[in-house]
Amino acid sequence: MINWRTLFKRFMSDPVAVAAGGVLLILVLMAVFAPLLAPQNPYDLMQLDIMDSELPPVWTGDGDPRYLLGTDTQGRGVLSTIMYGTGISLIIGIGAVVVQGILGVTLGLIAGYKGGWIDSFLMRLADIQMSLSTLMIAIIVLALFQAAFDANIYADYAIFMLILIIGMAEWPKFARTVRSSVLGERKKEYVDAARVIGLPPRKVMWGHILPNTLTPVLVISTIQVAEAIMTEAALSFLGLGMPVDRPSLGSLIRSGFEFVFSGQYWITLYPALVLIALVLALNLLGDWLRDVLNPKLRRGDD
Amino acid sequence: MAMLEIDDLRVAFPRGKTDEIEALRGVSLRLEKGERLGVVGESGAGKSMLAFAILNLIAEPGRVSHGEVRFEGENLLDLSDRQIRSIRGNRISMIFQDPMVTLNPVLTIGQQMIETLKAHRRISRREAHRLSVEKLKMVAIPSAESRMDAYPHELSGGLRQRVVIAIALLTDPELIIADEPTTALDVTIQAEIMALILKLCRENDVALILITHDLGVVAEVTQKLMIMYAGKCVEAGDTQTIIGNPKHPYTSGLLQALPQKAERGTKLYQIPGSMPPITALPNGCPYHPRCPRATEECRAFMPDMKQGVACYHPLLSAEETV
Repeated sequence: MINWRTLFKRFMSDPVAVAAGGVLLILVLMAVFAPLLAPQNPYDLMQLDIMDSELPPVWTGDGDPRYLLGTDTQGRGVLSTIMYGTGISLIIGIGAVVVQGILGVTLGLIAGYKGGWIDSFLMRLADIQMSLSTLMIAIIVLALFQAAFDANIYADYAIFMLILIIGMAEWPKFARTVRSSVLGERKKEYVDAARVIGLPPRKVMWGHILPNTLTPVLVISTIQVAEAIMTEAALSFLGLGMPVDRPSLGSLIRSGFEFVFSGQYWITLYPALVLIALVLALNLLGDWLRDVLNPKLRRGDD
Repeated sequence: MAMLEIDDLRVAFPRGKTDEIEALRGVSLRLEKGERLGVVGESGAGKSMLAFAILNLIAEPGRVSHGEVRFEGENLLDLSDRQIRSIRGNRISMIFQDPMVTLNPVLTIGQQMIETLKAHRRISRREAHRLSVEKLKMVAIPSAESRMDAYPHELSGGLRQRVVIAIALLTDPELIIADEPTTALDVTIQAEIMALILKLCRENDVALILITHDLGVVAEVTQKLMIMYAGKCVEAGDTQTIIGNPKHPYTSGLLQALPQKAERGTKLYQIPGSMPPITALPNGCPYHPRCPRATEECRAFMPDMKQGVACYHPLLSAEETV
């Protein structure tokens, strides 16, 4: 068994984990407190001035001290949009993983516990889902959604649509992981004991088996957040994700991409660097968690 | 009417598309209120199968293919899932072999006890907590109150088995099925746990089905005894009578194999061969390939239970041995 104290000790003794955790913490705090910290509210059109557009970062000499990382084509400070955009990317990433987790854990638990045709049916469904690329499904659904409703409705609901689509498309990863753990757990005697006690299958599944399968779920959740953020960024880059006036990191990258070759590199570069840092930190933490929670790789000191 | 009456109980597992194999091949028994029965046999004889069949908990793809399990006159095999759940863990509870694996590793002792109580009684958490602590004290767990928040891995094997016993006693059951309750424990703890089970059964007038392969324990604890071999009951009756005067050659062989019976310096007795797997049972009496008394009759026909023994050539007196 591993408890919080040893987990914390292991975390502090691993420089990669500390660095990744630090980066993630900074980005999350930055996103959460964006309304307080950001020099400007990029959503407030009154604060935007078209005369401020395409200013370079401060240190180039031509910049404006109000805009540390320069501004984009609409006069929004790149630093401010990154702060708000990171928040939107994180919300979509975490939201999508919650949807994936609820769907995947439920279906995986049922498939593993019930077995038989229910198991075969759910797992074939998962196979079909896995064989369709997430991006493909998302592109089709979002394109239809965008065509069917006008831009305002789309802008209002884009974030929910992204969470739902990325969440629904990726459930098989959770379902398979949970199912394989359940198959291992349900043979154990404590499950028999729970049934002998007279607990209904629902309670045996959720109360006894599920808590024993959560370790791998924790690991893939971390990595899936990174994956969902990347998927969202890719969709936004293709123009199917978050609208320009509520930008995520992906739509920020896209909004500056047209200007890269005319020299305004900062509009794209800085959001891209933040996206890379965010995804890398999440992946490194996920890998670290996987190693720490794997008893085969456990070191002697705990 | 006896409290528990089992008639010709059979459990079958599918083999291939149409065929079935019987793992339990017609077991019958009677158990009165407060009576203690020992079920003895080799590994794979169907002892645990019998325990699970009583609670109608045979794991898929197996099924009870025949027979009745009447508990207070009610056939447990006919009950709906909901009805049988109100009996499992409530009026009949079970103690398993290995306390290391029968407690859920991620739930505290208290959580597991309170959950059991709340599944069967409409009582508050506080009341459930109080009752749980009371049972923990009953099984002589030191500082019971603080153990409620402990996880199973924080307890020793003996303490864990005490917790399992406390959980079995929580709902004041009428029958406890103990499936080799001391096999996984240290020898020093075994006697302690067995004495505890015996004491609690006596004090609370609980009937006990003790599944074991230890005839010594059976002799101390139980009043009735059933010897099982290859899914069948081969000898049944009063414990002291059977141990004093075994009729079936298998029972006699088991008794002779006890180290206590051997003379110092001589080799321990051993029944030749091993039990056939249920997939390859011989014709006739399943014990005949290992039996020194086997005849043509034994090889051809399965003997029925007569006067508590299923054998064509039972041992007649206590002096006779195989």
